[in-house]
Amino acid sequence: MSENYFDSIIIGGGAAGLTAGIYLARGKASVLILDTGTIGGQMVLTHQIANYPGVEESSGYQLSMTMKKQAESFGCAIKSNIQIKNLSLVDEIKEVELSDNSIFRSKTIILASGGRSRMLNISGEKKFKGRGISYCATCDGDFFQDKEIIVVGGGNSALEEAVSLTKYASKVTILHEFDHFQAFEHAVEEARSNPKIDFIMKSHLTEFIGDQKLEGVKYKNLSTGEISAKNIDGVFIFIGYEANTEMFRDSELKLNKWNEVPTNDMMETNIDGVYAAGDLRQKRVRQVTTAVADGTIAAVGALGYIYGA
Amino acid sequence: MVLPTNLKHIASASEHAEILKDHENVMVCCGRMGPMCLPVYDIMGELQEEYKHVEFRDMAFDNPEAGVIRNIPEAGSFMGLPFTVYYKNGKVVAATSSIQTKEQVKEILDREF
Repeated sequence: MSENYFDSIIIGGGAAGLTAGIYLARGKASVLILDTGTIGGQMVLTHQIANYPGVEESSGYQLSMTMKKQAESFGCAIKSNIQIKNLSLVDEIKEVELSDNSIFRSKTIILASGGRSRMLNISGEKKFKGRGISYCATCDGDFFQDKEIIVVGGGNSALEEAVSLTKYASKVTILHEFDHFQAFEHAVEEARSNPKIDFIMKSHLTEFIGDQKLEGVKYKNLSTGEISAKNIDGVFIFIGYEANTEMFRDSELKLNKWNEVPTNDMMETNIDGVYAAGDLRQKRVRQVTTAVADGTIAAVGALGYIYGA
Repeated sequence: MVLPTNLKHIASASEHAEILKDHENVMVCCGRMGPMCLPVYDIMGELQEEYKHVEFRDMAFDNPEAGVIRNIPEAGSFMGLPFTVYYKNGKVVAATSSIQTKEQVKEILDREF
């Protein structure tokens, strides 16, 4: 077989993909891991991981680099920051074409492209990213010392980060689309009891306003339809995650209405030889531990497929 | 004070000035070891081979000497790490705030250098 042929190609180099790579390579399969971004996926974007058994505390970056090193030590080839141009999943030999026209083929494919923070996709969001709009409180909180900010969202991340941002900001307004929060009760109570935090409920942001940097927002009350404007220095957005499945949407791969990949308990998709693992799957719990479990199961399934077990 | 990355580092304002004096095309990423910064360092590390005519460096944002980047007019409205600055013949030709994709970085490198 050519140097561009592998027993398995893994699309995604986060916890699920790297784990699948480790198990496959340890099973003597040749493996190529491709990632459209940085190896580590959502793990890299996590400051501290304290609930990964066996590792007392680690940064997401350190844990990612350890997993990457393990995968490489067992023989996985890894390419990061690539772009996928074409994908052929249904034939017996699968094919992945990259934007540089290189083509890689394999007997199995494991889809592990993960998820990403959801954006609001409203006017001004791209323009003011890093100029008042942020998705990381621990990274950018100190730029908002004594400033007024809005936190968008109603889950655990939104409420916990809102509380943490009161260390810097003079006032934090939590803006949420429903009349109740999805966060755990203790997180809601902590936010409600913080004197620096206000709430705007049943409302959507509709527009970001400013010149060189963010100066204000417009938001719509979903009950009355009324649009209001508010001067603000910063907006932190924590409205959950979405699956990175755009690259599969024109393929024969079955997706659910949230564009997640349904699988059975062996991580098999609707296509023979194609498995899915990690945050792009249809599932409820998305943690490093569950991604690792998915990757393990997908690899074991793929090994059976490769060797005809 | 330098960052524990695989890039070459700038540790002082004088070193920063020297690099700008000695090289036509320079890209400096000024950040911390945080989630928005690490992907940019990773991208720079990968692009070093492809863009041999560009000097890639990082600088620790919390280094007091990083004022040479933090205080440039182009970063006046920046409120997100990392601050990434592109210099041509010692002059700032582009600057970005917060995480960037490889495509976004390459677009600037191709356009300016």
